[in-house]
Amino acid sequence: MELFYSLLPELIRMVVCAVCGAVIVFGNALVMGYAERKLAGHIMYRPGPMEVGFHGILQLVIDGLKLMGKQLVIPKNADKPLFMLAPLLAFAPVFVPMLVIPFSDKIQGFDLDVGLLLILAFASINVLAILIGGWSSNNKYSLFGAIRSVAQNVAYEIPMLISLLAIVFMTNTFSLKEIAAAQSPVWFVVIQPLAFLIYIVAMVAETNRAPFDLPEAESELTAGFHTEYSGMSFSLFVLGEYANMFIVCSVATVFFLGGSSGIPLPYFEYTGIVWFLLKVYALMFFLVWIRWTYPRTRFDQLMNFCWKYLIPFSLVNLLLTVVLVKLI
Amino acid sequence: MSMDIEILEDDRHHRYVLNMGPQHPSTHGVLRVLLELEGEYAMNLLPVLGYGHRCHEKIAEYKPVKSFMPNTARMDYLGALIYNHGYAQLLEKATGVEVPERAEYIRVITSELNRIQSHLLWYGAYLLDLGAFTPIMYAFDDREHILDILEDVTGSRLTYCYFRVGGVCKDIDDKFVTSTRAFISRLRSRFPMYEDLVNGNVILQNRLNDVGDLNPHTCARYGITGPLLRGTGVGYDLRRAEPYSIYPKFDFEIPTATKGDCMASFLVRFQEMEQSLRIIEQALDGLPEGPVMAAKVPKKLKIPAGDYNSSVEAPRGELSYYLVSDGSDVPYRLKVRTPSYSNLSVIPEMCQGMLLSDVVSAMGALDLVIPEIDR
Repeated sequence: MELFYSLLPELIRMVVCAVCGAVIVFGNALVMGYAERKLAGHIMYRPGPMEVGFHGILQLVIDGLKLMGKQLVIPKNADKPLFMLAPLLAFAPVFVPMLVIPFSDKIQGFDLDVGLLLILAFASINVLAILIGGWSSNNKYSLFGAIRSVAQNVAYEIPMLISLLAIVFMTNTFSLKEIAAAQSPVWFVVIQPLAFLIYIVAMVAETNRAPFDLPEAESELTAGFHTEYSGMSFSLFVLGEYANMFIVCSVATVFFLGGSSGIPLPYFEYTGIVWFLLKVYALMFFLVWIRWTYPRTRFDQLMNFCWKYLIPFSLVNLLLTVVLVKLI
Repeated sequence: MSMDIEILEDDRHHRYVLNMGPQHPSTHGVLRVLLELEGEYAMNLLPVLGYGHRCHEKIAEYKPVKSFMPNTARMDYLGALIYNHGYAQLLEKATGVEVPERAEYIRVITSELNRIQSHLLWYGAYLLDLGAFTPIMYAFDDREHILDILEDVTGSRLTYCYFRVGGVCKDIDDKFVTSTRAFISRLRSRFPMYEDLVNGNVILQNRLNDVGDLNPHTCARYGITGPLLRGTGVGYDLRRAEPYSIYPKFDFEIPTATKGDCMASFLVRFQEMEQSLRIIEQALDGLPEGPVMAAKVPKKLKIPAGDYNSSVEAPRGELSYYLVSDGSDVPYRLKVRTPSYSNLSVIPEMCQGMLLSDVVSAMGALDLVIPEIDR
């Protein structure tokens, strides 16, 4: 009993963190789902959703209800267990990174020493989900999407990690909180502009967003890896995508944009979250903006770009950083 | 389908068959292409046609020549007026009906508007094929103005039946002239935006340059005409090569490019819109007064026995009507030579060894309109 009481605060903390993580995941999906459709609309000279609620603000609620009510169609020759597993696997891991993201000085689930590694590890499970989904659908288009996704994600994880490593060398820690705190005079985007650029490009590719949306290239592969998915299993993929966008943008904010630092507000240890979310959503806006502006790249060009430019440049950047850190 | 299986067989040299269409986002209708793939490379392609066949040529053999006019619009819904034009011209040639000058001017103005409309739709849809979602909305915004203008004068928005043997069915009014002039200046002001936003984009350049190479020799073998042929450096345009209607009166250029790849035909089509605007402008300036229908066109139009041919430049290439008459008012045979059919037939040769993404961009560059192939 004594053990229970001593553990109780920690248990409560865990539950609260898990609930908050879920709130962030779903809240973000609602905000981004609406914002993306609205922004896409305005970029295209059309109003976007307008019918449900004021300026269509309840559109996502209705869409969610519709998707939940839809029949889950499983293709005849699909690998049933894997087919059902894939959307869960795409969606479930996104909660874990939410626990270690420092939203402000005091708002953070757990400050792990290996926060960055945790995020990267759980973010890469998404690739597995896409591969399983594409394979088990037993559809050639889905398989194409899955194969493309694996090749693309494996390739782009390398420059992503290397560009972040440069920051890790400068700060000497994997803890996200300490990395965010290390940027008190100047943000790392000023000191490490090349790493920031590389990270942004890799980030777009990691989240399978246009212009690097080859796994779901609509005009080539109809819908890519989720061709056969419908209803809630399809929307789990979408939820996972939005959550992944949030995670990579948060990492960019923590590593390059000073985390929750900004003009001080009252109770800044907590209200810093305003600045944090502002930066995250600014990056998300950028992702949406380029998605609706550029045509899609070709697969070989995408891979060449990664192996011939991004990886060498990120290595050079890492090497220079290490040398400079050693000298100073 | 037995033929398909013989030619394209699963598991031959680790190859497998991907069935693209008839319902596929980038085949623009009911075209079906079988691809024999090795990895993502298309080693063999086989277009399968006939999903939208409506026997237009056979229908023509069963009704009076004049009443076939609406059918022409259904063949190519994007170049309906130009198909009208070719057919009206065919019957005028056969029966010797004289068209008043004002009617010819109106025909040219509306046909060129129709051509711009077709190119604008291609522009948007092609970029959609390449994964850019936004340009189609901009192009449709401009295209909408043309549809409104043409709706006012013809009564329909897509499948027009406006031309008649001996002229056009309704005169244009001042509103048509002013709104057309307004549209010309509007579209001119939009071209720089399109160029900045789309044509200069590095991703687009990489996707289109050196993809889908054609040369004049290949074009001659397959009978490819239109912007694809002009993209290989041959300035063949029926409006200049075999002038019809009143095109010789106007000063316009035939845009050409030399490389013969997707980028070349892309640029040719883009520049053609500007040339069409020039023609419309000159035609509006020189618009004569007078009637828009020939005075005496018999109700029952008897075609003297013989063979007749009429060709016009459609948005996608050379359109020809060939009519054999036995002297009655119903054709013995009407053959339509549509450009997309010939352009499509080059796919197996042009796309061999290409990546799947390039097959999509090459097919988009052909600007296929499927009802025109399966007429």
